[in-house]
Amino acid sequence: MENDIVISFEDFGFQYTAQAEPTLHNINLTIRRGEKVLIAGPSGCGKSTLAHCINGLIPNSYPGKATGKLTIGGKDALKLDLFGLSKMVGTVLQDSDGQFIGLTVAEDIAFALENDCIPTQELHEEVKRIAKLVDVEAVLHHAPHEISGGQKQRVGLGGVMVNEVDILLFDEPLANLDPATGKAAIALIDDIQKRTGCAVIIIEHRLEDVLYRPVDRVVVMGDGRILYDGDPDTMLCTDLLQRSGIREPLYVTALKYAGVTITREMRPSYLPELVLSEEQKLQVRSWFSAQPQPENTVSQEVLLEAKDLDFTYEGGHHALRGISASIHRGEMLSIVGTNGAGKSTFSKVVCGFEKAQKGSLTMGGIDLNTLSIKERADHIGYVMQNPNQMISKTQIFDEVALGLRNRGVSEEEIRPRVEETLKICGLYPFRNWPVSALSYGQKKRVTIASILVLRPEIILLDEPTAGQDLKHYTEIMDFLSQLNRQGVTVVLITHDMHLMLEYTPRAIVFNAGKVIADKSAAEVLNSPEIVEAAHLKETSLYHLSMACGIESAEEFTRRFIARDREVRK
Amino acid sequence: MKKFSVKSIVAIGIGAALFFVLGRFVAIPSPVPNTNISVQYGLLAFLAVVYGPVVGGLVGLIGHALIDFSYGWGIWWSWVIASAVFGVLAGFATKALKLEEGEIGKTGLIKFNLIQVVSHLICWGVVAPVLDILIYNEPLDKLFAQGLVAGVSNAVTTAIVGSLLCVAYAATKVKAGSLTKE
Amino acid sequence: MINLFNYIDRLSPIHRLTGASKLVCLVAWSIAAMTSFYTPLLVALTIASFALFRLARLRVKDISFMLGMMVVYILMNNLLIFLFSPGHGAQIYGTQTVLFKIAGPYTVTAEQLFYHLNVILKNACTVPIVLLFVCTTNPSEFAASLNRIGVSYRISYAVALALRYIPDIQREYHDIALAQQARGTEMSSKASLVHRLKAASAILIPLILSSMERIETISNAMELRGFGKKDKRSWYSARKFSAMDFLAMGVCILLVLVSLGLTMANGSRYYNPFI
Repeated sequence: MENDIVISFEDFGFQYTAQAEPTLHNINLTIRRGEKVLIAGPSGCGKSTLAHCINGLIPNSYPGKATGKLTIGGKDALKLDLFGLSKMVGTVLQDSDGQFIGLTVAEDIAFALENDCIPTQELHEEVKRIAKLVDVEAVLHHAPHEISGGQKQRVGLGGVMVNEVDILLFDEPLANLDPATGKAAIALIDDIQKRTGCAVIIIEHRLEDVLYRPVDRVVVMGDGRILYDGDPDTMLCTDLLQRSGIREPLYVTALKYAGVTITREMRPSYLPELVLSEEQKLQVRSWFSAQPQPENTVSQEVLLEAKDLDFTYEGGHHALRGISASIHRGEMLSIVGTNGAGKSTFSKVVCGFEKAQKGSLTMGGIDLNTLSIKERADHIGYVMQNPNQMISKTQIFDEVALGLRNRGVSEEEIRPRVEETLKICGLYPFRNWPVSALSYGQKKRVTIASILVLRPEIILLDEPTAGQDLKHYTEIMDFLSQLNRQGVTVVLITHDMHLMLEYTPRAIVFNAGKVIADKSAAEVLNSPEIVEAAHLKETSLYHLSMACGIESAEEFTRRFIARDREVRK
Repeated sequence: MKKFSVKSIVAIGIGAALFFVLGRFVAIPSPVPNTNISVQYGLLAFLAVVYGPVVGGLVGLIGHALIDFSYGWGIWWSWVIASAVFGVLAGFATKALKLEEGEIGKTGLIKFNLIQVVSHLICWGVVAPVLDILIYNEPLDKLFAQGLVAGVSNAVTTAIVGSLLCVAYAATKVKAGSLTKE
Repeated sequence: MINLFNYIDRLSPIHRLTGASKLVCLVAWSIAAMTSFYTPLLVALTIASFALFRLARLRVKDISFMLGMMVVYILMNNLLIFLFSPGHGAQIYGTQTVLFKIAGPYTVTAEQLFYHLNVILKNACTVPIVLLFVCTTNPSEFAASLNRIGVSYRISYAVALALRYIPDIQREYHDIALAQQARGTEMSSKASLVHRLKAASAILIPLILSSMERIETISNAMELRGFGKKDKRSWYSARKFSAMDFLAMGVCILLVLVSLGLTMANGSRYYNPFI
């Protein structure tokens, strides 16, 4: 069976040239043909570095010093060039726009073959075959901006499969997808693996979403070392995940709260086959009845009201079709829906970036349509998803002060206001640092600070936690709830189900330019029709409560979240 | 033939795309035809400094040609070539500056601006008019007036936009850990 | 997304030509027009270029924007030439036939008008060809065509990348600009030039710095898929030359020879009706 091994790390270590400490220590790991392995770990644990070693970006693009041995396909990987490795390892990057190099879908799939100088006629046949495999035949001649995120990812997969690789490596495949599309992506990966028999490595911190289809093995990393390498069921019996800052599948956490001892035999890693005894179900039920009912404290004072908003883009895309919704003072609210459902357009109209053709938008009696973009920003602040797209100054203080300076506020007034805002945002100790020295999460805070300094009544954030691991996610979200407690109304545009459940009591669901639901987050996620229409995903708690015979899945979810927040504090 | 690194190829492609977007959508027209107050030269000077003369030249060539293609006023080769020459000349500032090491400082900015001003003068004061004379035999004073307006306005935009970009880019090269909280 | 390069997908003999041969024709045609001031040739080229335009089944409304730009551009340029140098034509053609006087040095001469006619013709005979190329060549074919006519495939691919990422960068620019506007950054004409440039930088800095990261990601993605290893590459969008392609290229190269030949036979670039 020796020649079945496709990747083998032996006492492997790696240190980037620019860094003082090694990033990987003592890695021993073998991956066999046809295996499906999930590599999980918080940001900075070394999982991306490990991926770079497998696909050859280390040492070809990122120089450094390696120790120990790494063989891929029986050859010394450190001596292979990228071109040779690309025939064995296909990598699908996290950034699907960076991965999509071709002008059209067909050209992107053909890219690797073109580089191999395959004659044009053969290219056409091969592209057709692969397009069928990853199901993008219908969009072969579309440009990247004409297809959905899920389709883009399929194209990315097709583009590496043309090389007949033995190993498929996915770097955070779920990061940019809505929940339902993410589910479909995991199913597709599973399917492709079964058909081609190649080894699949998935690097992802969203463990529960990957476990939607079974994996053979889970590798947990922390601080550049392998903390666990074995079957997923055994891993879920331990408290390893909590210790390493990875979110456990919610149903497993719920079972643990209910006092159920998780064993390997219960098959905890695969929800559809989870075995629960009558006694265990009873444990869950009695935990449920013992939990206090969380209070609902929703303010009823309407702050912003949209009535019958209708908006069509210049190209003819009818993005908003009679939207009516209200935002209450002091609340924290989610706006959810698929890409293209109208949630971003709605936020653009609210901020004045686009003007609705019909309908009214009022805030505390003021007609917002009479205000310019700049004037509106004094009432509603907008924070973009990627902080790097907002920051234009090199110094933190200047960045936060920018909006005030543009408004002609005097320097004497600016200093205390900026410093006060920096204190609220926990950035005061860094006030004289250049922005570039900050982490991603800190940069996010800087952008929030630069909006807060204008003292808006509402802040609207686009996917505030996209791509963040549990630690950074908690950090950003706790900061936002703290702001919310201080009286700022917070509106979040998000795909993230956990976020919506945990932090926002109310959710507005968009679909095809209309509001299809406006109720509590738990209610939304426990209603199959809404979940399906909005491309969301039922929480696993829904399935668990069904399995245990609890009628109100929604109440179960709410009680679980309340308990979980207490525990994690 | 010289082999480019893949990174240089991508820098040319993305650079040309940026040049195009800035030239096409951020242009502030001036009264003299074919001379915009164009922010894209600040970008071009910056990219040339970071990636060197070859990338700089090709970004100017491709970016400017794409702008002309999309407007449909014909391809004004003399001006396209002048943009390319500017990218090449500004690229010679690469060695004089050490952006990658996170420093620019006053002397760096002075060097950068000296080089860019001289490059602009050569391109719009000499290269573009001479080519225009060869192709169209247009009146000399008209061409030099156009060249002067373009050269001066481009030098001003480059001085502001290009310098700010260099400073901002150099700042991203500061290593974390060299700072203390206060 | 607007179709920047205005490719219009129709069936016509011009569409059927490969991008590579059209590129050769474009370059040859431009050279012929640029080198010559031989008026009959310029007239012939202009008539031919408009005829080709019809042949491509393009309608005026398809390209009304571009046509408008062209007319404005040509008018401005000619006005400027006249303002700076009303005696330029007399200087070139060696005679001076005064038609009427306006004021001061501004005297309209037949030679000057004839010179203007030549400049206009030189533009008028290339502009439709550029439009024709842009409107009938699928952008996907562009890079393959450059490579076909001898440009290194690496540089050809840089052009393809530019075409690929223009829409993304445009969208990003737009988003960043709006977010900056909300914070009070103004680029309107009310502000002074220096102020406007500083405001523009507030948008450009995030745009360009995030593009620098994008360069890194894309070059990784390309290397991981084997770009740049071999000396050649094939193209999905490349097409084989047909007899028509050879014919078109032949005719256009002949045009260059004719243009050069006329200059030599004539002893000057200028066709001079005044002697």
